[in-house]
Amino acid sequence: MTEKVAEQVIEHSADSLQAAQHIAHSAEHAANAADHAGGAGADFIMHHILAQPVIELPTVFGIDLTITNHILMMWIVSALLILAFGLSFRRKSMIPKGLANALEATVVYLRDDIILPNMGTEGMKYAPYLLTAFFFVLLCNLLGLVPGAATATGNIGVTATLAMLTLIVEQIAGIKKHGVWGNMKHLIPGGLPVFLIPIMIPVELVSMMAKHIALAIRLFANMIAGHITILAIMSLIFIFKSWIIAPAPLLIIVFCALLEILIAFIQAYVFTILSAVFIGASLSEEH
Amino acid sequence: MDSQAIAFLAAGFGAAGVTFAAAFGISKLASAAMQGISRQPEAAGDIRGTVIITAAMIEGVALLSAAICFLLSLK
Repeated sequence: MTEKVAEQVIEHSADSLQAAQHIAHSAEHAANAADHAGGAGADFIMHHILAQPVIELPTVFGIDLTITNHILMMWIVSALLILAFGLSFRRKSMIPKGLANALEATVVYLRDDIILPNMGTEGMKYAPYLLTAFFFVLLCNLLGLVPGAATATGNIGVTATLAMLTLIVEQIAGIKKHGVWGNMKHLIPGGLPVFLIPIMIPVELVSMMAKHIALAIRLFANMIAGHITILAIMSLIFIFKSWIIAPAPLLIIVFCALLEILIAFIQAYVFTILSAVFIGASLSEEH
Repeated sequence: MDSQAIAFLAAGFGAAGVTFAAAFGISKLASAAMQGISRQPEAAGDIRGTVIITAAMIEGVALLSAAICFLLSLK
C-alpha cells in the first residue's frame, strides 16, 4: 500500500517536475523572443546601414579587401562624375548647353560664393579639390536615396577620409605659403603674452583636430540619421502587423525622404564651405 | 531594472534633450537672422549663407548626441 502511495508520489513529483521544466522552458522562449524581437528590429536597421560585402576578397597585410556595397557606390559615383563632366564639356564653346550649362552654373556659383570670398584669388589653386569634394559628396548623398543603393557617405570611414583630405590640403597650403615653421606659428594667435604660449599650443592642436573630426561626424551623422528615421518608421507597419495603418507611416516616410534630399544638398554645401574656411584660415596673412 | 531597460530609458531621455537643445539654438539663430534681414534687406544673401552654415553646425553637434543615443538603444 505504501509502495503504491510512494509510486503515486513519485509520479506526481515527476509530473510537477515536468510542469516546472515546461514553465522554465517557455519563459526562456519568451525571453528569447523578446530579445530576438528587439534584436531583430535593430538587426533590420543595421543591415541597411552597415557596409555589406559584395565580393569577398582575402585580408592582405591586415587590410580587409572585400568589396562592399559602399565601395561599389563610390566607384559608381566616380564613374558618373567622370562621364558627366567629360562628355558634357567635350565641345568647348563659350556658351555651353544642356548638362554642361547646369554644371558650369554650379561651378561658377561655388567659385564666387565659397572659394573667392574665403580664400581669395590665390585660393583658386585649391579650387579643384573643393569642387571635386562638393560634387562627390553631393552625388554620394543623393544616390543613397535610390532604392536598393547604399549611401557611401553613410560610412564613417569615407567621411573620415574626406575630412583627413581637407586636413592634408590645409597643411600643404600653409606649408607652401609660409614654410613649415610659419605654418606651425599659425597655432599661436597674434598678440599673446609669452607665458600663455605653452597653454595655447595644446589647445590649438586639439581645436584643429576637433574641427576636422566634427567635419567627418557631421556629414556621417546627417546621412545616417535620415536613413534610420525612415527605416524605423517603416518598421511600424511590421510591428503593428496590419496594412490598414500603412498610409500614416508612408506619408511620414515621403516627407522624411524629401527632407533628406534637402539635407543632401545642404551637407555637401556645408562640407565644402567649411573646408574652404579652414584652407583660407591657414592661407591667411595674420601674425 | 536591468541594465538594458535603463539604457533604453536613457536613450529616450537623451534624444528628447538633444531635440530640445537643437531646436532652441536654431530658433534663436533664425530669429536673429529675421531681424537682421528686416533691418537691412541688402544683406539677405550674406545672412542666408551664415544661417545655413551655423544651423548645419548646430545640427551636427545634435546628431552626434543622437548617434550616442542610438548606440545606447542597441545595447
